[in-house]
Amino acid sequence: MTASFDVARIREDFPILRQTIRGKPLVYLDSGASAQKPRVVIDAMVQCMETQYANIHRGLHWMSERTTDAYEAARDAVATLMNARDRSEIVFTNSVTGALNLVAHSYGRGILKPGQAVVISAMEHHSNIVPWQMLRDSHGIELRVAPIDDAGELDMGAFESLLDDGKVGLVSITHMSNVLGTVTPAERIVKIAHAHGAKVLFDGSQAIVHRRVDVQAIGCDFYAWTGHKLYGPTGIGVLWARREILEAMPPFMGGGDMISSVTYEKSTWAQVPHKFEAGTPAIVEGIGLKAAVDYVQSIGYEAMAAHEATLTDHAIARLSAIEGIKIYGRAQDRGGVISFTLDKAHAHDVATLLDRQGIAVRAGHHCAQPLMQRLGVDSTSRASFGVYTTLEEIDVLADTLTRVREFFTR
Amino acid sequence: MTETFDDLRDLYQEVILDHGRRPRHGRRLETYDATAKGDNPMCGDRVQVWLRYAPDGTIAETGFEARGCAISVASADLMAETVQGRSKSDTAALFATFREMARTGVCPACDPTMERLAPLSGVHEYPSRVKCATLPWHALVAALAGTPGDIKETSSE
Repeated sequence: MTASFDVARIREDFPILRQTIRGKPLVYLDSGASAQKPRVVIDAMVQCMETQYANIHRGLHWMSERTTDAYEAARDAVATLMNARDRSEIVFTNSVTGALNLVAHSYGRGILKPGQAVVISAMEHHSNIVPWQMLRDSHGIELRVAPIDDAGELDMGAFESLLDDGKVGLVSITHMSNVLGTVTPAERIVKIAHAHGAKVLFDGSQAIVHRRVDVQAIGCDFYAWTGHKLYGPTGIGVLWARREILEAMPPFMGGGDMISSVTYEKSTWAQVPHKFEAGTPAIVEGIGLKAAVDYVQSIGYEAMAAHEATLTDHAIARLSAIEGIKIYGRAQDRGGVISFTLDKAHAHDVATLLDRQGIAVRAGHHCAQPLMQRLGVDSTSRASFGVYTTLEEIDVLADTLTRVREFFTR
Repeated sequence: MTETFDDLRDLYQEVILDHGRRPRHGRRLETYDATAKGDNPMCGDRVQVWLRYAPDGTIAETGFEARGCAISVASADLMAETVQGRSKSDTAALFATFREMARTGVCPACDPTMERLAPLSGVHEYPSRVKCATLPWHALVAALAGTPGDIKETSSE
């Protein structure tokens, strides 16, 4: 562990880590599903509701103005985090699913033309599959799937050949797999896609937790992620897109806050990003998200990434040594999620036995059934790490897994 | 080293581990009168159940193929064993009793015929695992309502 990264100090920031589960200390290895929240996030949300809460963007009173400022400060913080050129390129949604559906509905129906194609990869979460299927069925868009190799990396040659006929209007792809941990080569994907006239959308739900995302350096057109995996609250997601693209896109949902004027004959739309933010937004959650972004920035992505690489290397070394284990995904560039199966025990039984020792992992298909099919399994167990995860917790996991296998082998 | 999991004996009793590992009825029937599939979309577990009826309409034989955890496989196997020789209405009533037991851990209506199923009552302490135990029963009940070639999909809890 680097001297600048004191995991014991970090753990003090997360009140929930003091909990015991079934009499055992909590070993939370399910951050990939949702991360725990630091005290600063909890406090920011409580303080908002206790001291300066009102609806935003419409009130003329003190409370509303203060709350509006606090909520809009979240947009500034997110714009800085992602190195967006312009704060108006940050659209708040309810989740990453909301962000992906926004693009599928608005850009998909408004800009893409029937006969064009969308490319996804063979390691997408259902949230980056189903919206495109719905678009395919309603709008005559072809859906193409770029394959992965046995190491769990995107097959770049096959990916490029999917774009060869020039019909692809959009590539929508994960920046980091929630099952395999694979980090996709974002800059290369963008270069290839743009050379073929396609825009690129990244699902960054996992990636932005583990590394700095600079949308200008990546060169992509859209980038979506969710607050609750980045130590922020649930109920708020982010869509970043280039301003000129957002301006060309029709609104997705209609309602208050997204209009400029309304008559029965015709309504006109507000400027971006408000055009895409109909209705009262997740105000308290936005304020919580700002606290989460500030928290992450105060630790620094370089320190977080180094810590995570140490954890991941240690976990792969320890888990690989367990008899009968199979680890899925051996990508060169990977983040801190590790999926595995044991030969003698089903993933759900593994999860239940680990739970009895206070260890929380995910088990199942991870909302990625087509990928499970590609891997030839129905389900896996998955350990995923956060900024508060320790090497000792990984040792507890490895030791317990050895016993789990013995339990089912007798 | 398995003493670590001694407190799990309530859930993973020996009979469950045994039937989960070596199911006696875990096969497709060559000739059958009804079949149905069950799946748990939330976890990806799948089971198919085949039934052969006796001339009097009672269940002569049950076979199944399951892709799932120890609990669901053991439950399917103990189910196949328990419903043999029962009428359709008896079986449906048995499922209702079993389901109640799996959810609550108690079984006021239980008679000695439930004895083989009693080890599965431990799932009530694990709400997310109750559906593992009831999945094969959902498929069985769907098969009872169907005819050959009529494969019904059913979801669990």
